[in-house]
Amino acid sequence: MDSKNRASTLMRKTLMALTGLFLCFFLVIHLLGNLQLLLPAEQAKQSFNGYSQLLSGNIFIKIISYVLYASIIIHCLDALVITLKNNKTAGKYAVDNRGKASRWYSRNMGILGTLILIFLVFHFKDFWYQYKFGSLPKDENGHKDLYAIVIAAYQDWWYVLFYVLSMFALGYHLLHGFYSAARSLGLYHPKYVSWVRVFGIGYCYIITIGFAIIPIYIYLTQHVLWN
Amino acid sequence: MKLYLKIWRQSDAASEGKLVDYELDNVIPHMSFLEMMDTLNEQLILKGDRPVEFDHDCREGICGQCGMMINGQAHGPIANLTTCQLHMREFKDGDTIYVEPFRAVAFPIKRDLRVDRSAFDRIIMAGGFVSVNTGQAPEANGIPITHEQAESAFDSAACIGCGACVATCKNSSAALFTSAKISHLAKLPQGKMESRKRVQSMVKQMDDENFGHCSNTEACEVECPQQISVLNIARMNWEYSISSVLKK
Repeated sequence: MDSKNRASTLMRKTLMALTGLFLCFFLVIHLLGNLQLLLPAEQAKQSFNGYSQLLSGNIFIKIISYVLYASIIIHCLDALVITLKNNKTAGKYAVDNRGKASRWYSRNMGILGTLILIFLVFHFKDFWYQYKFGSLPKDENGHKDLYAIVIAAYQDWWYVLFYVLSMFALGYHLLHGFYSAARSLGLYHPKYVSWVRVFGIGYCYIITIGFAIIPIYIYLTQHVLWN
Repeated sequence: MKLYLKIWRQSDAASEGKLVDYELDNVIPHMSFLEMMDTLNEQLILKGDRPVEFDHDCREGICGQCGMMINGQAHGPIANLTTCQLHMREFKDGDTIYVEPFRAVAFPIKRDLRVDRSAFDRIIMAGGFVSVNTGQAPEANGIPITHEQAESAFDSAACIGCGACVATCKNSSAALFTSAKISHLAKLPQGKMESRKRVQSMVKQMDDENFGHCSNTEACEVECPQQISVLNIARMNWEYSISSVLKK
């Protein structure tokens, strides 16, 4: 049990915080790119496909993407190790009302994270895999037409609903995760702790609403506004 | 008041325990929860049954000995209160009350509601001290320290080690207890000198005792009778990271 070089509980949480915050940073960049989809259709197509081409050709972005894949995998595996250990240490009660003392999403980060992981499998399959390995049609500028794939994907209401619900899972995960990461990294000054809490809530709303609005907007423009 | 109690009975660490039903008449609302338990035990003794064992000492809310899971909440339904300071006026006539011991793998049950919290003692033994001979009580103003610093250290030192933080934590983490002790000494000039070594050995002991990870749910601060701040946990994390980086 007490081997000398075993990672401590605090180290594992630090790793969760570092990978989690990198993923938080990535979400901002991802959202900024995706907001181009809200432009008028023709402009959105030009802009979005051009942006995708630009990213896929850039060596710097390629390096960052490997850090991203590593972060996702490490974040998940570390969470698994932490959860398995916690299950072994936790006391079990016959009657349990401990939930009154904390928020449900802070206690269920694992479930929220699993929902996000399931979402990511579909998300990677439908866009990332298509773009990298699928045979995509080219647009008039010779760029791979990812825009067409995106528009086609959001034609089904259930797919849009799946996306929006997944973004809410992400939102609650971030609502605890961002603030918790600052705690795990050791931010203890009360003034900055309250700043981070406010910033984290704002960040979380922007990310959730920002990502959720895109499939809704595309669905509405295709089904209601134009028909 | 008449109460229906469901109390965890377990004869020793090795045996299986179970919830046992008791009925108790003539409970006075002004009784503390422990006095209610005393009344029950008096009845049990008169009947020739083994009384329910539970830890208690000062009954003034300052020693940290008492602690029960009452209706699934550490120290009962009121936040920031010890079990001895909980009064029966918080319950209604005819209520059913579930009473269980504080549970954690690191807190094995000794008997009934009594648990072995010596894991806390071993965490303190790992570094919760200043290793110089302090001799006689020193001159109070001998060491320059601001009032704010002293108060802040005292806020951390106020932890009474009752174990409610562990009991209410979904992972049975001892982060709040350990961090309060680490912060208390790190905030004072006498303790600061050994702070890097201390945080390493106390955290190691905490892990060796089989306490879980801190998920930052902050339930511990809500249940803590002394309102120990979760910011102590942040300070522990900071001290630990720095000391890990600078470790030779």
